[in-house]
Amino acid sequence: MLCATDIHKGFDGLGVLRGIDLNVEKGEVVALIGPSGSGKSTLLRCLNQLETVDSGTIVLDDITLCRTRGGKLTYADPATLRRITLKMGMVFQSYNLFPHMSVMQNLTDAPMRVRRLPRAQATERARELLAKVGLSDKADQYPYQLSGGQQQRVAIARALCMDPEILCFDEPTSALDPELTQEVLGVMRELARERMTMLVVTHEMGFARDVADRVVFMEDGLIVEEGPPEQIFHSDNPRTRQFVGGN
Amino acid sequence: MTIKFFNDPERLWKLFTLMLDGAGVTLSIFFLTLVFSVPLGMLVAQGRMSRRRLVRTPLSFYIYIMRSTPLMLQIMFIYFLLPQVLPFRVDRFWAVIFAFVINYAAYFAEIFRSGIQSIPAGQYEAAKVLGYTGGQTFLHIILPQVVKRVLLPVANEVITLIKDTALASTVAVVDLMTVAKKQVSSSSSIEPYVVAIVLYLVLNGAAEQLCKLAERKMSYYR
Ligand SMILES: Nc1ncnc2c1ncn2[C@@H]1O[C@H](COP(=O)(O)OP(=O)(O)OP(=O)(O)O)[C@@H](O)[C@H]1O
Ligand SMILES: [Mg+2]
Repeated sequence: MLCATDIHKGFDGLGVLRGIDLNVEKGEVVALIGPSGSGKSTLLRCLNQLETVDSGTIVLDDITLCRTRGGKLTYADPATLRRITLKMGMVFQSYNLFPHMSVMQNLTDAPMRVRRLPRAQATERARELLAKVGLSDKADQYPYQLSGGQQQRVAIARALCMDPEILCFDEPTSALDPELTQEVLGVMRELARERMTMLVVTHEMGFARDVADRVVFMEDGLIVEEGPPEQIFHSDNPRTRQFVGGN
Repeated sequence: MTIKFFNDPERLWKLFTLMLDGAGVTLSIFFLTLVFSVPLGMLVAQGRMSRRRLVRTPLSFYIYIMRSTPLMLQIMFIYFLLPQVLPFRVDRFWAVIFAFVINYAAYFAEIFRSGIQSIPAGQYEAAKVLGYTGGQTFLHIILPQVVKRVLLPVANEVITLIKDTALASTVAVVDLMTVAKKQVSSSSSIEPYVVAIVLYLVLNGAAEQLCKLAERKMSYYR
């Protein structure tokens, strides 16, 4: 479904991604782990078009986002880029809810404005998703009135309101204390059970072990090892072992 | 102090109506300046943040000039310059409006720019991944938050503007200040100034209440 090949990305001449190949199949949950600075966020941001790659090929659902051939990088035209944007959802570490909108508005504004859904339909979908993340009673609150865990669950619901085909998470719980972390992970577990396609950057080894179908271990802009959780958490690779052991 | 108006209701009433006419002109300068300088300031703020140096540099120079020279000088300069560069006659009132607008737009531009730049990058990123266009992002995500953040500095400018309108009297536009000056010199009494002070206080009091109201309206979120 999502297929990234030989992704390179540097900032000011410093290679941050140095040849990444990553596939995510439909319905698969992939956990992306690795030490700080290894390039996990940068990879997600390249997939989500928040950064442009230096070279490499990204294809989502047979639509090419960017391609490198003969050393020459080309990005798709704006209309195609937009179509891809709508297929991908993103949940940020810092939630990034819109503070001037109520929870309900946060959930319905993009569907109405971007996907041109009628208000009634957008509202109905938003209520469903609020119920799913356990926040039905918060529809009329503003983000500042919610706890971090509640805000992150709203952010997940907001992403889901756009009906993305793949949902990316960048350390969705690292700003939360353990209890709130569990409420957010609970929602993500539920999504995994429903076979939502997810790519999750996380430091939560328990989550990676229990929920992910596949774990990808990254270091220094390269994928060191990837495989099912049993393999990664009982790895023969000394670097992998040191990282997961230390966590 | 010689009392010439306050002991003669009829004379006082006449003075008062004259001063009210002047206050009307003061209010026109005030509103026209706001109506034009706020949108212009927003455009200048955008241009000032442009990636293009050819847009950015002239605008910073314009802002520099407007903020670094006396408004009174700007008004007089424009008043004498316009007839020389324009093929048609410009009413002194509109020359003054023009001067106020370009001066206040410069101040507003700097306020708006810092307001826009204080919005965290995460807001733009969230909008982008949700598929908002650049225009939608600015209009529906960024601008409402900027309005809240610039309310206080803008309110300060508004109150300064009411007082600055008195500079229109330097080119004899018949505003509240001009009327007061004329009445003082023709009557050799300072009572017209007292009336002017009261009227400016009333205008600014009203402006302050409006700003407070706007602030309350924006306080539904933090
Ligand atoms: N916009 C940027 N400009 C310059 N350097 C950047 C930028 N974004 C990231 N980097 C650098 O790229 C490297 C990888 O950063 P990245 O955020 O992708 O790591 P990460 O694996 O997500 O780390 P963490 O676990 O701490 O979130 C870091 O050295 C970082 O300093
Ligand atoms: Mg990161």
